[in-house]
Amino acid sequence: MQSVSKHQKPITIVSPNSFLAWIGKFLLILLGLLALYVLAKNLIAKPSLFAQNVLDGLKLGFVYALIALGYTMVYGIVKLINFAHGDVFMVGAFVSYFAIENLGLHVWPMVVFPNITPMLGSILGTISVILLAMVICVLLAITIERVAYKPLRDAPRIAALITAIGVSFFLEYFGLLQFVFSARFISYKRPFEEVTWYINDGIHAIEKGVATPPGSITFSNIFVIIIVATVLAQIFLQYLVRKTKIGIAMRATSFDKPTARLMGINVDQVISFTFGIGAAFAALGGVLFAIAYPSIRTLMGVYPGLKAFVAAVLGGIGSIPGAFVGALIMGQAESLTASYISTPMRDAIAFSILIIVLLIRPTGIFGEPEKEKA
Amino acid sequence: MLLEVKDLHVYYGAIHALQGISFEVNQGEIVSLIGANGAGKSTTLRALSGLIRLRSGSITFKGENITLAPADKIVTLGMSHVPEGRKIFAPLTVRENLEMGAYIIKDRAEIDRMTERVFRSFPRLKERINQLGGTLSGGEQQMLATGRGLMNKPTLILLDEPSMGLSPILVEEIFRIIKEINAEGTSILLVEQNAQMALSVSHRAYVLETGLITLAGTAKEIASNPQVKEAYLGI
Repeated sequence: MQSVSKHQKPITIVSPNSFLAWIGKFLLILLGLLALYVLAKNLIAKPSLFAQNVLDGLKLGFVYALIALGYTMVYGIVKLINFAHGDVFMVGAFVSYFAIENLGLHVWPMVVFPNITPMLGSILGTISVILLAMVICVLLAITIERVAYKPLRDAPRIAALITAIGVSFFLEYFGLLQFVFSARFISYKRPFEEVTWYINDGIHAIEKGVATPPGSITFSNIFVIIIVATVLAQIFLQYLVRKTKIGIAMRATSFDKPTARLMGINVDQVISFTFGIGAAFAALGGVLFAIAYPSIRTLMGVYPGLKAFVAAVLGGIGSIPGAFVGALIMGQAESLTASYISTPMRDAIAFSILIIVLLIRPTGIFGEPEKEKA
Repeated sequence: MLLEVKDLHVYYGAIHALQGISFEVNQGEIVSLIGANGAGKSTTLRALSGLIRLRSGSITFKGENITLAPADKIVTLGMSHVPEGRKIFAPLTVRENLEMGAYIIKDRAEIDRMTERVFRSFPRLKERINQLGGTLSGGEQQMLATGRGLMNKPTLILLDEPSMGLSPILVEEIFRIIKEINAEGTSILLVEQNAQMALSVSHRAYVLETGLITLAGTAKEIASNPQVKEAYLGI
């Protein structure tokens, strides 16, 4: 804290630093203009391809949003970047994999009610798979919080942060063990069939072996499900935080823990609840991610986790709408970079965004500067 | 006896903040703790409501030993603490702040009844019901903090410096309401630097000096004590 306030003292003398900062800003603006130029050029050259990329970016962004919500909520309440969150996302994907592959959970409605329509059956089956993944991840996250973070709640923040990185490594390398999830790429069986459509003079179903006309934009039921599920999750969260007693208690706890306790709020329970909600969203994200990109592995949570973290910082960590907006921007940045610059660059762009945000506006889009408590 | 405190010792690191204080509050009483800055008044309240750990001593409330009980448990027994500096939840609206005051009450109708009750004492809060707590004036925040403390229908309410930073008119108003709350049956443990005001509404009082109780008696006795007059009443 002290070093921060020292750093913020206004510098009155013209130092070489200000000249460097000026060059830095100039380069950033140049880079931004270049990016705009590349995007505009491609938009004009092939609008349908551009729209396709935006759509793909939306899909990614909505999954990132589900993960970013957990980062931002946990940060809001315990001021901890829970780096294990991306691995909870991975566990969600694996739980759904085992539920489908080993338990056949996605077909139970068809087995129990043979007369059910296939559509309803696969909806119920998929929801069951998601719910199971959520329950396991909620239990996992609450256990992590109790075992690893709670004992450090009054310790310096850096101690809990390092612990979070440790928990993340533990989950990753425990999962890598041969008899756990192993290091292999595992092909993921979807709980339902993918159906794709293309937009070109109206919406048409794509039939196997038939090429779509040039200039079409394609999308699938998976895309629709991801958008709908994430929007519903966001609405649910807004309702929870704004209207319910536990949600108001979460905000009160996040603002002032001792006073929250004076109200009779069990702060430990509220914190567990927050970790649980975050984990449930991560689990949902994990299952949807595996359905969208059906190859899973133990380290699959690392990059989405980090990118969702960048999204949360970009939106303003602690802010729920911020996490959502940040994630959408990240999704677009990644999709457009992969298409118009180069695929490996997409990760570099994601972390460049983090650096740029931290340099220019560390509080993010929706964040407010942290005030010293009186 | 509603509250009985015996030989309370509290340390902040190496600092011996409370050096063995004992006192009690009876049903229906207003009891004041008066003393200078740093005498340990707020520390006493924080120890009672479970916000800080005791080194030794015992606290009995309604015949139950609450010495080691956590803060959120103590509230459910009927002790409410309005902390020093108001501690309003700034990002929550007035209504939400009051809802949090009634966190332990499950019955919706009861919460609405208590909200109405608080609005009767503090009509200003009703006008500001959807405003964020952080945007209220100091006086309004004090009203909100006191109202919030009443929302869980306490048997005993601990008020820490309710007059701090308020204009003389508002101080009068707050003390009028303190008497009103007491008349409705809530016992009050009052911590004040404004000793004159505190003594004028209290039944009994204790004088706290650097972690020790140096004087105890009825409010009248304390107010007429020559040392108190000189040190705290400025007469």
